[in-house]
Amino acid sequence: MQVTVTVNGVEYTKEIEGRLLLVHFLRDTLGLTGTHWGCDTSNCGTCVVWMDGEPVKSCTVLAAMAGGREVRTVEGLANGAELDPIQEGFRQCHGLQCGFCTPGMLMTCRHLLDKNPDPTEGEIREAISGQICRCTGYSSIVRSVRWAAVHEAEAAETKEEAVAQ
Amino acid sequence: MQVPAPFEYERATSVDQAIGLLERLGSSARLVAGGHSLLPMMKLRLANFEYLIDINDLHGELGYIRLGADEVRIGAMTRHRELLESDALAQVFPVFRDAEKVIADPIVRNRGTLGGSLCQADPSEDLSAVCTTLDASCVIRGANGERVVSMEEFHVGPYETAVADNEILTEIRIPVKSGKSGSAYAKVERRAGDWAVVSAGAAIWLDDKGHIHDARVGLAAVGPNTTGIPEISAALRGHEPDESLFELAGAIAARSCDPSTDTRGSAEYKRHLADELTRRTLRKAVERARS
Ligand SMILES: Cc1cc2nc3c(=O)[nH]c(=O)nc-3n(C[C@H](O)[C@H](O)[C@H](O)COP(=O)(O)OP(=O)(O)OC[C@H]3O[C@@H](n4cnc5c(N)ncnc54)[C@H](O)[C@@H]3O)c2cc1C
Ligand code: FES
Ligand code: FES
Repeated sequence: MQVTVTVNGVEYTKEIEGRLLLVHFLRDTLGLTGTHWGCDTSNCGTCVVWMDGEPVKSCTVLAAMAGGREVRTVEGLANGAELDPIQEGFRQCHGLQCGFCTPGMLMTCRHLLDKNPDPTEGEIREAISGQICRCTGYSSIVRSVRWAAVHEAEAAETKEEAVAQ
Repeated sequence: MQVPAPFEYERATSVDQAIGLLERLGSSARLVAGGHSLLPMMKLRLANFEYLIDINDLHGELGYIRLGADEVRIGAMTRHRELLESDALAQVFPVFRDAEKVIADPIVRNRGTLGGSLCQADPSEDLSAVCTTLDASCVIRGANGERVVSMEEFHVGPYETAVADNEILTEIRIPVKSGKSGSAYAKVERRAGDWAVVSAGAAIWLDDKGHIHDARVGLAAVGPNTTGIPEISAALRGHEPDESLFELAGAIAARSCDPSTDTRGSAEYKRHLADELTRRTLRKAVERARS
């Protein structure tokens, strides 16, 4: 069957099998290997991408289900060479070690900050409760998200001041 | 790598068109809603179909929470997240928010639906226990129109429902009774987001004098289907709620349920949980009804 999916703003039309999972469509058909594939059982969350603005576990979504929808992956976070604040937070606060869980963590935490720009530790832990990190531990991921929250707020303030002047 | 066996993908654009497809394709076709129960089963080849009919585009038609004076109607495509986030629903039936907080995780809740949960008919399913607690009925639509069945009639057995191959579950209806009411849900799980070892829902309706007009308890993971326990309702009706009454209800729950020993715990432990969670949720439901 033919499917047309918009990924990070680019429209792709591909011939696929109905049973192809979205995670494999992204990684194998499109070559976007930033999205990782781990447990295959909707438990680890490394495969999280956005579909029409909501984080989903792409190992449990058919590529065909994404037809006509907008997908955003970890490749869609940075603006050219400029990292998204959430990525910068993970870099600054050691939010990753091996990096396997990171794409899913980044997509979930970006979504959290968009909905709730000043999340508490409890809210961050709840948001990533469907995801597993085997290395870094969750404390540094929480710190990374807080780093991004604080820096985004500061950046917004600076921008407002600049506009006021 | 877990991949489903080959199938043809179809996308439904309306409820009527979905029924038309089901009529045409018969038992070789299956509806897929959130896919978070069906796709894992297909990946493990526990389920195989020639056709999958994607009903996610029906969210516009079947994704709603409508609060009426004597009934709450919830569309089958309403997602877990929407049930969790609805303040209006939490106001009338707090049991929904209690349960949704402990169903799976936030990402799974973005996809899974009320209809899929009920149709999966897993004995550990939390929303089935909630709907049983609230005495919900299910609206099933086919080519010849609609029929409405109770939760008891809906669940025919584990993983089996009253929905025929050529039908679709469209709506859940929950009666709103007069007087003060309260409801609550509690679950014991091995880790965050896991299926229940045991869970319980309770709902209480009080009369003018503060006596129990009606009470219902629904349990999950302690029998072939999520179970409502009429004996508890009978024992509680007409009485003033107090701790000894909750104890009695807990004892009935423990002896009426039918748990089995598995990796989540022994049957004995599960009976203990059925007792404890029945008391806990009744206590909370009464507290809410009074406040
Ligand atoms: C990691 C994980 C953890 C989970 N934890 C929990 C938990 O703690 N508690 C819990 O209760 N659930 C849990 N679930 C299950 C989750 O709630 C599922 O989303 C839900 O059981 C099924 O909903 P769905 O929309 O995904 O259904 P689907 O998988 O799409 O469908 C399930 C079945 O229902 C049928 N169906 C769906 N919609 C209709 C309809 N409208 N009419 C007729 N038939 C229909 C399908 O044909 C299929 O047979 C978990 C799932 C995962 C992946
Ligand atoms: S690979 Fe999708 S949740 Fe683990
Ligand atoms: S950084 Fe290795 S799993 Fe999270």
